[in-house]
Amino acid sequence: MLPAAHDDPFAQFKVTFFEECSELLADMEQHLADLESGSYENETLHAIFRAVHSIKAGAGAFSFSRLVTFSHKFEYLLDELRTGKLTADDGLVETLFRSFDILSDLVGFAQNGEAPDEDYGQGALDQISGYLNGETVTAAAASADEPEANIPEASIPVESAEAASEAAGQSPDADKNGLKHFRIEFTPREAMYRHANEPLLIIRELKDLGKTETTIDTSRLPALHIMEPEDAYFSWVFDLWTEYGRDEVDEVFEFVIDDCDLTIVTLDDNNNVVEVDVSPGLDSGEDSGFGFFVSDDKLSAGEVSDAPPAEAVAEKTASGLVVEPDVKKASVSATPEGAVQKPAAPAAAGPGAAPKASSIRVDVDRVDRLVNMVGELVITQSMLAQEVENSTIPPTDRVFTGMDELSTHIRDLQEDVMSIRMQPVKSVFSRMPRIVRDVSKKLGKKVKLITEGESTEVDKTVIEELADPLTHMIRNSLDHGLETPAERLEAGKTEEGSIRLSAEHRGGRIVIEIADDGRGINREKVLHLAREKGVVSEDATLSNNEIDNLIFAPGFSTADEVTDLSGRGVGMDVVRRNIQTLGGRVSVHSQPGAGTRFQLTLPLTLAVLDGMIVSVAGEKFVVPISSILETVRPPEDDVERMVDGSCVVRIRGEYIPVVPTARVFNFAGGEQDPSKGLVILAETEGGRVVGLLVDELSGQQQVVIKSLETNYKAVQGIASATILGNGSVCLILDVDALAKMPALIPAGTMNSNIHKNMAAQVAAE
Amino acid sequence: MAEEQAAGQNVPQGFDPNLIGLAQAAVDDQGVEAGQTVQFVSFKVDDGEYGVDIMAVREIQGWVEVTTLPNTPDHVRGVLNLRGIIVPIFDLRCRFGNGLTEASPLHVMIIVAVGNRIMGLLVDAVSDIITTNANEIMPVPEIEARGDQRFLSGLITVQDRMVALLEIEKLFDIDDLVAQVSSAAE
Repeated sequence: MLPAAHDDPFAQFKVTFFEECSELLADMEQHLADLESGSYENETLHAIFRAVHSIKAGAGAFSFSRLVTFSHKFEYLLDELRTGKLTADDGLVETLFRSFDILSDLVGFAQNGEAPDEDYGQGALDQISGYLNGETVTAAAASADEPEANIPEASIPVESAEAASEAAGQSPDADKNGLKHFRIEFTPREAMYRHANEPLLIIRELKDLGKTETTIDTSRLPALHIMEPEDAYFSWVFDLWTEYGRDEVDEVFEFVIDDCDLTIVTLDDNNNVVEVDVSPGLDSGEDSGFGFFVSDDKLSAGEVSDAPPAEAVAEKTASGLVVEPDVKKASVSATPEGAVQKPAAPAAAGPGAAPKASSIRVDVDRVDRLVNMVGELVITQSMLAQEVENSTIPPTDRVFTGMDELSTHIRDLQEDVMSIRMQPVKSVFSRMPRIVRDVSKKLGKKVKLITEGESTEVDKTVIEELADPLTHMIRNSLDHGLETPAERLEAGKTEEGSIRLSAEHRGGRIVIEIADDGRGINREKVLHLAREKGVVSEDATLSNNEIDNLIFAPGFSTADEVTDLSGRGVGMDVVRRNIQTLGGRVSVHSQPGAGTRFQLTLPLTLAVLDGMIVSVAGEKFVVPISSILETVRPPEDDVERMVDGSCVVRIRGEYIPVVPTARVFNFAGGEQDPSKGLVILAETEGGRVVGLLVDELSGQQQVVIKSLETNYKAVQGIASATILGNGSVCLILDVDALAKMPALIPAGTMNSNIHKNMAAQVAAE
Repeated sequence: MAEEQAAGQNVPQGFDPNLIGLAQAAVDDQGVEAGQTVQFVSFKVDDGEYGVDIMAVREIQGWVEVTTLPNTPDHVRGVLNLRGIIVPIFDLRCRFGNGLTEASPLHVMIIVAVGNRIMGLLVDAVSDIITTNANEIMPVPEIEARGDQRFLSGLITVQDRMVALLEIEKLFDIDDLVAQVSSAAE
């Protein structure tokens, strides 16, 4: 724990704390959703409790008093819930959600260094108090051991809040005098002083808890001339009589647990060791340790006695890029040779043993640098391979075997490095139940959200960009797609609508679907509106699918009235643009009366893609394999020329517009005749097929995507760039944009007006 | 890095490889800012001699073929792979309205940093490193109607030669670029 160079010596720890907070909050949100749906187990409650508790503990360490106060109260409510004193009815869940919001806000305030209003969150606190007071009266009547049921108000200072919380869950073990007797054997290790910990402060803190009797063992103290001034030589035995619980005692040692041997036992009046006070309530074993308290020698300390609940660990793994070891729980546990081992907490007794330090937290920038470096390596390798190929080295030379091996290893390396950034979509999906809940409530609709394939993994960069479009689309489905309960009943459907959110891997891409069983797209209305707004011309004839896809046109909204949820007519337009910038596509399929299904296809990673290298007028380009359907050289008879010089080709009875790539790019030369060149049939978003006219194909290759915009700016028709084996830059074509570029105006085809409008729109941008 | 890169290239005529070393040394030398001394890398385009702030110069390398960007203004020669970074190369002669440079390996690309963007300037040759005093920089006279005038920040005289100082920010003002491209597209 080296002091940081900044003004705030804890700055770096705070960063970690807030990182963990956001993970915990994300977890919590999901658990709350489970809770609401009724599909929860006790573990769900425990997990929520742990999250709040962890936030509280960290907040306490940094003296975010508002956060501590609130989370304490929240935690207490949760404790009542998980001990079965309260039941999770709708009203209570509502309160939990509300409290969750306030907790998130408070974390945000703390993070930004802002001070919330004095009465901020008071409403939720009052609600909580209401529940606690109302319900615990009966609970207290049942068990007289609950004197702290009326918990102090929100204004209590930090310390007493902590204390009260611990005491609240503790009661049954308190002896009749109200004081518990702990015997604490505390032996600092050598590293303690070096880690800037001071036993004196700990002793003082202990004294604050209650009456102490202290014996010191100085037997290890060496002669002065061999004494290391920074080593620890003393050990202490404290007898502590306190009204506080075991957790309070544990907390005193929280920061030094890795640097000392510590045994804490509870004694009864006759100084006999009693069962260690594991209350099912606030057990320290469920204290989620903050990573920054872990010192380097945590493993050697060998005090991993509390198995953290395997599930909790797994959840963290799911939400974070790289995850906390979780080896050290903040519990003060017995030394390995300690006579009284603290039994594992009930939750921990579940599945899985204590995981060793199996993961580390790594800065994303470092991972990105690694990914870039591997990208460079791939380029260098393919350049080398090319050189060797063209050299006069005999094919039997060992260089070739070496090159082959190098290629394999680099490919493996690349895969592994890429997988570091892969995360399950769960982290985004888990935010959706909340949105569905809030929005459906506002709209007075009954909606069930079904999620599938949450563990589907996709690159972190994609995940980050996914949340907004998904939110938009879910809202759209709720607002426009699903009917009100009355309408549903009338249509002969169940009162409760459903939205299915699913993710799966398909052909090197991730496919995300949002399907509702609502009314479907009202095509007449859409078409009418589109004409009214000039998105399509009056006389255009559109296929059903094309009408459906009009909802992605800019400035389009079919809601009868503008609501604050959707209806400003920006939603779907923005969604499409967001998805496109990710190299993805979005399409919609609708069946009137039966529902609407949105499909997003996205690349698994934004860093590499499989590409087909093509030549156009002597220049090389990459076409993403994902958009290529097939490549044809159409016979002369199948090529139809239009008045304006553009072409369509007939393929299996369908007319496909041809994009004369060279002409679109204003390149001199290049094949103009589809029957002499090659036509790559590529699918655009919205499912339309266009034919890219190119001169020839030069092979398939995985390419590393480089942005043009970093140092220049976007170029129309070009998605990004890459570097080929020979070190030259090669541009990656943007099929969708190409299909809309001005040179392509297939007059006479039915969607010409859409194209014109889109071209105009693209040009206007 | 810069040395290696340039040394590997065909070193163009009138291009002193030592310049790079000097430039690098000057860049490393934070003391430059302390006094009123300013340094410029000077180079030639046609008959004109120009200078760019040495602090902006990242490296200098001989011309290599670049990849053409479709539908961009003529002065955008294309993009270059600079050790994995995609760098746009601008033809200064063309930017000044004097037509495209017939680039050969003897021409030079000066890689500069403008803001957080890296870009390359295609020039005829690098000539010198000029060390001068800030108060010796003269303002650009308004009268002279040259194509390059709006990109200049000042003039200095070095041994009877006039060196025009370029303001790269203006030269490759991004808004300007956008405006040009959309007019080119129409």
